[in-house]
Amino acid sequence: MHYLLIIAGVILISLSIAAGLIWVERRLLSVWQDRLGPNRVGPFGLLQVLADTIKLFFKEDWVPKFADKAVFIMAPGILMATILLTFAVIPFGPRFNVYDSNIGILFFLGNSSLGVYSIVLGGWASNNKYSLIGAMRASAQMLTYEVFMGLSLMGVVMMADSFSFHAIVEAQRGGWFIIPQFFGFVVFFIAGIAETHRLPFDIPEAEGELVAGYHSEYSGMKFGMFFVGEYLGITLISAIIATLFFGGWLGPSFLPPVFWFLIKTLFFIFIFILLRASLPRPRYDQLMKLGWKFLLPVALFNLLATGAVLIFIK
Amino acid sequence: MISILRTIWLTFLHIFHKSETIEYPEEKPYLPPRYRGRIVLTRDNEGKERCVACNLCAAACPVDCISLEATEDEDGRRYPSFFRINFSRCIFCGFCEEACPTYAIQLIPDFELAEYDRQNMVYEKEHLLINGEGKYHDYNFYRNAGVDMGVKEKGEGDNEEKPVDLNDLMP
Repeated sequence: MHYLLIIAGVILISLSIAAGLIWVERRLLSVWQDRLGPNRVGPFGLLQVLADTIKLFFKEDWVPKFADKAVFIMAPGILMATILLTFAVIPFGPRFNVYDSNIGILFFLGNSSLGVYSIVLGGWASNNKYSLIGAMRASAQMLTYEVFMGLSLMGVVMMADSFSFHAIVEAQRGGWFIIPQFFGFVVFFIAGIAETHRLPFDIPEAEGELVAGYHSEYSGMKFGMFFVGEYLGITLISAIIATLFFGGWLGPSFLPPVFWFLIKTLFFIFIFILLRASLPRPRYDQLMKLGWKFLLPVALFNLLATGAVLIFIK
Repeated sequence: MISILRTIWLTFLHIFHKSETIEYPEEKPYLPPRYRGRIVLTRDNEGKERCVACNLCAAACPVDCISLEATEDEDGRRYPSFFRINFSRCIFCGFCEEACPTYAIQLIPDFELAEYDRQNMVYEKEHLLINGEGKYHDYNFYRNAGVDMGVKEKGEGDNEEKPVDLNDLMP
């Protein structure tokens, strides 16, 4: 019973944050552009999320006749499933997670790799040149950034001596890993943006060039699932940054641990949206160049340095 | 690298800026006096219609939304028997106002022209005619144009021919 409550809580928190982000992002973007944003529906426009959801439900859910129907329908589900599964290993509090896996980080990396399938299959099944280009870009981008996303986390794993998120949080009682693992944090953060294909790295979507990229042909709630999946991805990456580098649920005891975790997560979501508000989208080859020629060496250097220092200390 | 961080920081500082948005239905925007909105027909300072039904506005109109018909009153003064503007066609270019020789037709700062029924977008003369002088006060076409200033008689200017005697048959 207690177990089911935790599962319900995790799903409720992650989904409601992701849905709330629809409103938060629009309000924050408009604040940074000296506008007001949606403020008509309900108090401060909070019910905008509800209005958008109702609108999406009543939209025609159209599957193109030229599409590969089964794969087309499956693709948005894969995205949601892989991201929601990863939330199972995130510790929201000392005893508030669905499953404390001893290979939590590997589980997260594996699931985020599986998430690529959703975009590639969705773009391919749409049978549309723009979708296909978007899907190819997504696969290249995510494979590139997957490499040093994993490498950048290995420093944290070495310092905590464990792949379990819980053990990593406990290992940060003496100090957050952001200080010894600063380069790891930078690389992971950039890789995380690319992994969730958020602006400025939204090259798979690139509405200026590719209509809407891999989800050009999607409509109704299938599009809605890609849409919410993107926000879930932001929430997930923010939660993982908070857990691995900023002490997760650790914090002064006047607030319960879950709140510390949520505050840290929301702060990184805020940074994600700030990046969207301020930076232009790089060209495709610039993104690849940044990945292979700058971030990969930095991640490797960080790995070597961390290992050397740890051996030296022991 | 530094420029990227600077961009992010400058964008962040916009959180302390005031919003530019005017929340329209509650808060009305300022419209300058020469704003080109709804079209009206004005009267002169004697309270008579300025319009002399010359059709120049209808000729100038690029979307042909003005239609009118000229008639004369008992004094021989021309006025439109009907004057109709189809606002569903009007593009508010203001050419009619520029073409008008008597300042009769004017565009005013009012853009709230929405209607539930499309037919209501067609304004007749009784809807267009206002009881004021609009933007040009104390202007009366008949007091300014064709008035003898005491300088020269008809046909006495340079390059000006003598007036034709209508009762003469000679060439």
